[in-house]
Amino acid sequence: MISFVLRRIGSSVVLIASVTTLTFFLLFAAGGDVARRLLGPDATPDTVAAKAHELGLDQPVLHRFGDWVGAAVHGDLGRSWFSGQPVTEAILSRLAVTFSLAAGAILLTAVVATFLGVLAATRGGWSDRLVQVLSVLGHAVPTFLIALILVTVFAVRLHWFTPTGYTRITDSPVLWLSSVTLPILALAIGGTSGVAQQVRGAVADALRQDYVRTLRSRGVPETRVVLRHVLRNAAGPALTFLGLEFVGLIGGAVIIEQIFAIPGLGQVAVNATSQGDMPLVMGLVMTVAAFVVVVNLAIDLIQGWLNPKVRQS
Amino acid sequence: MSEIGVGVVPDPVAASATRGVARRLLGNPLAIGSAVVLVLIVGSAVLAPWLAPHDPNLPSATDVLAAPSDRFLLGADSSGHDILSRLLFATRVTLAAAALALVVAAVLGISAGLMAGYAGGWTETVGTWIASMLMALPGIVALLAARAVVGPSVWATMIVFGVLLSPMFYRVIYTAVSGVRQELFVDAARVAGLSDARIITRHILTVVRAPAVILAAQVATVGIGVQSGLAFLGLGDPTVPSWGGMLNDAFTSMYLAPLQILWPSLAIGTTGIALTLLSNALRDAWEGTTGPSPRRDRRGTARPSPAGRPAGVVHDEAPRDREVPPAELLGVTGLRVGYVRPDGTSRTVVDGVSLQVRRGEVHGLVGESGSGKTQTAFAIMRLLPREAQVSGRIGFDGTDLAELPERELRRLRGHRIGYIPQEPMSNLDPSFTVGSQLVEPIRLHLGLGRAPARARALDLLDRVGLPDPRRAFGSYPHEISGGMAQRVLIAGAVSCHPDLLIADEPTTALDVTVQAEVLDLLRGLQADLGMGILLVTHNFGVVADICDQVSVMRSGRIVETGPVRAIFEDPRHPYTRSLFAAVPQAGVLRDPWVMPVVGRSGPGSLPDDARPTAPVGKEPADV
Repeated sequence: MISFVLRRIGSSVVLIASVTTLTFFLLFAAGGDVARRLLGPDATPDTVAAKAHELGLDQPVLHRFGDWVGAAVHGDLGRSWFSGQPVTEAILSRLAVTFSLAAGAILLTAVVATFLGVLAATRGGWSDRLVQVLSVLGHAVPTFLIALILVTVFAVRLHWFTPTGYTRITDSPVLWLSSVTLPILALAIGGTSGVAQQVRGAVADALRQDYVRTLRSRGVPETRVVLRHVLRNAAGPALTFLGLEFVGLIGGAVIIEQIFAIPGLGQVAVNATSQGDMPLVMGLVMTVAAFVVVVNLAIDLIQGWLNPKVRQS
Repeated sequence: MSEIGVGVVPDPVAASATRGVARRLLGNPLAIGSAVVLVLIVGSAVLAPWLAPHDPNLPSATDVLAAPSDRFLLGADSSGHDILSRLLFATRVTLAAAALALVVAAVLGISAGLMAGYAGGWTETVGTWIASMLMALPGIVALLAARAVVGPSVWATMIVFGVLLSPMFYRVIYTAVSGVRQELFVDAARVAGLSDARIITRHILTVVRAPAVILAAQVATVGIGVQSGLAFLGLGDPTVPSWGGMLNDAFTSMYLAPLQILWPSLAIGTTGIALTLLSNALRDAWEGTTGPSPRRDRRGTARPSPAGRPAGVVHDEAPRDREVPPAELLGVTGLRVGYVRPDGTSRTVVDGVSLQVRRGEVHGLVGESGSGKTQTAFAIMRLLPREAQVSGRIGFDGTDLAELPERELRRLRGHRIGYIPQEPMSNLDPSFTVGSQLVEPIRLHLGLGRAPARARALDLLDRVGLPDPRRAFGSYPHEISGGMAQRVLIAGAVSCHPDLLIADEPTTALDVTVQAEVLDLLRGLQADLGMGILLVTHNFGVVADICDQVSVMRSGRIVETGPVRAIFEDPRHPYTRSLFAAVPQAGVLRDPWVMPVVGRSGPGSLPDDARPTAPVGKEPADV
């Protein structure tokens, strides 16, 4: 089990390293005259050159990359070119917001999707049709459109929730809940549709296995067969899909934050990329890659715990 | 498994399968409706310059947010553009953008998948690694980063997006191709001298075409969504109209003109739903053709019995070694099992079976595969799938199991009726230890605590001849051999000392040497516990070895029944005689340990038969 964990962590580190390296060189290739953009068209060539020197833009690319990596492994991601704020600070102050959205959405997705998927696979009927319709809608309608519909109906028309803005949970838990409910719902509806379909398929597959019949032949009650044995065996494929969904969900959160004017990573990402704020973009890509890697690692560990074969291989 | 004289019919050729797909699609109203919608949308995009009543990019300060009217059918947006005209031109941009992403993703993913899947080796390693790296990237963040690189061009962004999506194609194609690579027909093609390129186009592309088309519809949907999403964020190219850009404009004027958000939303939603429904319909159509093979349809088919058909032969000679027959334990009368086919007709697989198992008696149910013997066994325990239509009386010790409520039946199953399945490895839950699977029913039925139940399970594992019961108890099913797994299943079946044991081909899946040991074990347990056994088998050797009574089954009916000796000495039904004729006589000359399994005459099993018997519990871990 320990070597299993170590190998997973090793490959995660490699993944983060390659993603950030790739981003760095892509951003470098795009380049553009950042110093000029920062100082405006009226700056003299001398001030532009001085600014470029200050940002280290006059160094050769490998040197810059080395500097960045050297600082990054010590936890220093540099400062934003545009605001001068340290990148770690800019990201950390927003991370909690995005994370609470994503965590809330994935939790809601997992619970509702498991419930619907199991119901659809074991009972059929209306629950099965609901899962089918949901999966078509989830595939076909982008998350931001779902969010727009939710805002229009529940905030603008019915005034049940505040349409935009964000309240910290420490300021007012009630207002916080009101500000995150619609965004989480929007994210979860898209996620649930896919995951419920996967759970349904995995449970239906597991129910067809010979050992399920043998368990029944031993007099094990049906609810126990489904909840203890079938669900555990179906959890593997469903969890893998949930992990992929979580990656997609972070992307969804970026757009959702724009719609609801929530000050999360999404806003930073949109601003940083449209300005070409390289240190901030690098920091974001690394954060998100680390985020994804941690989630995948967690899912692998749960898989190992659920499935004795994974643990040993 | 080897049966008597039935071969396998090859699958229908690809051409007729394709025709089947087309027919299925045309018969699906959702598919036709989706296709029509898509054609209309694409058509309106192509014809936009002729259909649009206004110039989509002509602003008009006097018509800002104009309500729908004769001049502006859907109103005008916040810059006074005609919404209908803009919608038509936006359709062109969004669809072309999605198509571009799709083409890039498909070309990259399919060619890499074909290469990695077909060539294997380092291409496989590299390809799979790149694919998993791309898939770990959250698409939108990568796209935002890419936009910082390539600027606000719709087309450059969609090319990057295509690259990001290519792993979807790669994975599907790679899996399909590497599966096909080892298939016989590819080897045959190579032997026949076909070049690799021709093998790929002729054989492999046929296999991957279905998943690729389905995937294409999904990727197009995602492409539309992402292009709209980026444009909605204001990250698209503001100079070209797109659905997302229109949404953005409508969103900002939501309080002034709430209806405007509807039109681009409808466009995105309708296109996505049509694409998704079409891809679902395609998937269903393709899966339909590869569904039940003709072999499964043909096997086990039994027409309902015509009236006045001759009844099966009944030997009424009493068994020689018993004077007074013991009381009836299981009495099945007129059991019928049928399934409704998709076309509404019904298929009978068990057709009026009656049989009797007395206390302490071993009753063999013989017949070739598909004769309905396993269906009979499952029907007795009511373990058939929900779709099965079952009728008849299943008397068990004074109650009719067919009438019993599920709750009470559950108390009998595993407690008074034990079941041994045919295939040992697939009948243990892979996620739980052998021990916990044994303990669960013991605690349930006998109400034992954790420790006594564990002690009982360990005793059982010892009784069925496992060399190290403690180790087996803590093992997972994949850690033990097939022979050991079958012993575990036997232990599970007898764990609560049942009165009746239903054993469905308990030795068929095992190594020949292990078969003999397992039969021996069954015989010993039967003597110790005094169980009645219904033994389902296709093997006359097993019948001769262990049974008191035998019923011969064919096409869902029992054609001959009676004491074993009587039937072996005087088989009266022609089918019984033909079964005897099919047993190779050479088996009789073998080692007495192996002799009971003479009926296992499948091709390929012959040289192994002569192997000496392994010591109990020391069989090789061959499964």
